[in-house]
Amino acid sequence: MLEFLSRLFGRDSGSKNVAKERLRLVLVHDRSSVSPQLLETLKAEMIQVISNYMDVDEQGLEVNLDSSGNSVALVASIPVRGMKRKP
Amino acid sequence: MGEVIVITSGKGGVGKTTTTANIGTGLAAMGYKVVLVDTDIGLRNLDVVLGLENRIVYDLVDVTSGNCRLRQALIKDKKLDGLHLLPAAQTKDKTAINPEQMRQLCADLKKEFDYIIIDCPAGIEQGFRNAIAGAEKAVVVTTPEVSAVRDADRIIGLLEAADLREPKLIINRIRPKMVRQGDMMSIDDIIDILAVDLLGVIPEDEMIVIMTNRGESVVLDQNSRSGQAYRNIVRRLTGEEVPVMNFDENEGFFKKLKKMIGIK
Repeated sequence: MLEFLSRLFGRDSGSKNVAKERLRLVLVHDRSSVSPQLLETLKAEMIQVISNYMDVDEQGLEVNLDSSGNSVALVASIPVRGMKRKP
Repeated sequence: MGEVIVITSGKGGVGKTTTTANIGTGLAAMGYKVVLVDTDIGLRNLDVVLGLENRIVYDLVDVTSGNCRLRQALIKDKKLDGLHLLPAAQTKDKTAINPEQMRQLCADLKKEFDYIIIDCPAGIEQGFRNAIAGAEKAVVVTTPEVSAVRDADRIIGLLEAADLREPKLIINRIRPKMVRQGDMMSIDDIIDILAVDLLGVIPEDEMIVIMTNRGESVVLDQNSRSGQAYRNIVRRLTGEEVPVMNFDENEGFFKKLKKMIGIK
């Protein structure tokens, strides 16, 4: 009923835009599908590189793909325990 | 040498089998020699859609496993001389054949037919891999729904990974009125998202249900819009340039009048 009324007063722009937006988001995720295995390898290599410069907490490291808005971002949270002494 | 076209979708229930039947029937009506191959082993459907369910003796698995010769398993259509069906097995499962056997089968069929149209099962597992193995062209069927378009996107990715480049899209069951009201994704919306070429658009039409009930194909029905839409698709497949139907003009005064007094 509410939907009918809002349609009647021309406020609702139609459910198609909702469908399109949902589809767009789900496809961003689908298309950037990264296997857990690949993510693990990426993690390991990141740790390797970063630990050349600083002391990181390997257990607390988190790497994820984040799809918000119209782009995908690689978000990494890497707790630093301390810096390495400069050579 | 014939051409092998696979009809696929990812999601079930979007109209793959109906589309296969109509494309095949349409091509045969134009005079081509056509064979339709049902690869949905265990869930055979193309035979009933074509109205040939009573004539099956041998099936696809009988052919690939050497129980019979290819010629013995092919069923001729009741009306159209050029139309043939190779039915799926109903009592076995998708692992009863493999991609290599399908490639060989398609190569054999190409020698005898102008068009080999393969009806692919839903899903992305072995049934899908079997169906696309011998294909040279792919058609993806979708409907204007989030789930169907999402699956179509996945299928397009898999087809391209399997070297079936530039698949063509059929958008099925579009409702022009809902599109106008902004309650259904339009042709342009879907093409934009999937970034593939459009092969055709089929409007939602009760006539498809009626014809399928009888085991006939709507493509031969001269009065329905869906029949016209399928005939356009068939002509495009043969290389003709046919503009996409304009669904908006169809609700004119005379059409409504005709509907009211029951001519159509």
